[in-house]
Amino acid sequence: MMRSFAVLLSVALFGAAKLPAEHAMAETQRALHLRAVDFGLDLREQVGQLGFIAALSGFRSLVADALFIQAHVAWERTEWGRVLLLFRQVTTLQPRALLFWDMAAWHMAWNASAAALNDPAQPRLALRVKAQREYFALGKDFLERGIKNNPDRPQLYEALARLYRDKYFDHEHAAEFFGKAAQLPGAPSYDKRFAAYELSHCDGREKEAYEHLRQLYDLGERERLPTLLRRLKEMEIKLDIPLAQRIPDQLP
Amino acid sequence: MNSPGHRAFSPGRIAAITGNTLTELTRLKIFYVLLFFAVLLIGTSIFMARFTFQQEFQVLKDISLGAMSIFTSVLAVVTAARMIPQDMEDRTIYTILAKPVPRSEYLLGKLLGVLVLLALSVFIMSALFFVVLNLREQAVLSETARQMAGAPPEQMADALAAVRASAFNVNLLSGIALILVKSFLLASLTLFVSTFATTTIFTTIVMVFVYFIGHLQAIAREYWLQTNNGGWMIRTLLGLVALLFPDLQLFNLSDDIVAGTAIPLTLFAKTIALGSFYTGFYFLLAWSVFYRKEL
Repeated sequence: MMRSFAVLLSVALFGAAKLPAEHAMAETQRALHLRAVDFGLDLREQVGQLGFIAALSGFRSLVADALFIQAHVAWERTEWGRVLLLFRQVTTLQPRALLFWDMAAWHMAWNASAAALNDPAQPRLALRVKAQREYFALGKDFLERGIKNNPDRPQLYEALARLYRDKYFDHEHAAEFFGKAAQLPGAPSYDKRFAAYELSHCDGREKEAYEHLRQLYDLGERERLPTLLRRLKEMEIKLDIPLAQRIPDQLP
Repeated sequence: MNSPGHRAFSPGRIAAITGNTLTELTRLKIFYVLLFFAVLLIGTSIFMARFTFQQEFQVLKDISLGAMSIFTSVLAVVTAARMIPQDMEDRTIYTILAKPVPRSEYLLGKLLGVLVLLALSVFIMSALFFVVLNLREQAVLSETARQMAGAPPEQMADALAAVRASAFNVNLLSGIALILVKSFLLASLTLFVSTFATTTIFTTIVMVFVYFIGHLQAIAREYWLQTNNGGWMIRTLLGLVALLFPDLQLFNLSDDIVAGTAIPLTLFAKTIALGSFYTGFYFLLAWSVFYRKEL
């Protein structure tokens, strides 16, 4: 009896000693976005009882993969509603996997939106366009939530910039997000260029765009790509830059 | 009384018990688990041919590390749970302890046998995983090189670098190390439970509950520490869960590692240290119970 009590007391004392350490480590993990999954009733409803138990037991990524494979099959069958539902579950379970956010947004904003616009079951164009815009918004929502969960990585900023550029034709926002991506570690060198290109399409921001493009041009031969030279030339004409300050004309 | 040549603590004796435990476990065909792992990996990589290379590598890594985690946890519990009851049933424990072998050495030898088995299993599973990952990476690299044969060298280099970045990542090794440490903790805790349990099945069932509660411990702890809601009974219960059970979620970093998150070295070292403390502490508890156990 005494021995059992002593053992129990030791466990409790050890527990009291390790508690602050565990709490501090959990806080560190949270600060690093490592414990981003909220095991609440919402998740329970989304992934079902078995999936919830598996996720709770440390097999979050396995459940997410199983759902991702189901989403892939649903995409092959063009079941867009199911694709959306499954990707919501996948991204909830694995909020740090950029691939899942990117894929979810791509399916919604590119594939589902195109299918909605060309839906033969809907004769009214206005409703088809409305459905297309709704899928754009769903794609944007995935990317925005992905960025919230991964603010330190450039890929989703870049994907959101592409979405603004290619789907909304919103060059101002596209420039903003290419710019944000370019500032993060690990961003590809073209993000900075793309931010400047997009800015050059924004009315009223030509001067700013010209300065960005010129900075890139001054970096040297590596940056002097055909699009950059063309945009720079256009800005020079638009802003009426003195001839002496203009870049030399390229040989034909 | 010990004979003049007898040492109170002998690494040689512990090594002998460890070796015997390992041989015994190997004869149980425990390593067949690894065959399942290999089949799972190869099957997965064949099925994944439908995906893009990023998706394929992500799923392959998730499944491999997830399977490693499942297999090592099950191995840790099942092997450690049967150690003492099996020895008592076979009567080998009486033969060993009748000799001048302290109980602490016997217990340590048994635990080390299980830990070596776990380390070997993780090593083999990791080797299999890295071989399959490397084979797929090489296949994707050669396919990419073929597809981009006419592209400028810079673009080709970028594309190949993207493939390499999606495949092997040095952080995977940290994830695997944490899986191993978690299995050590589980083995040590199982050994502790088995010192007072009467049957293997009881130990295993208790450990299944401990496993689930250990993964929920963090929720109980945070609630207990941060809120004043709930009656005293709920708060006492939560407090007990927080104090008595290890937080197993702290060791589940492989999900995030596969997702591309780099684990800082200090956090990794702290997690390893916490796992080692737990393993050592549960061993001491097991020894304190086993020390006076009537056999």
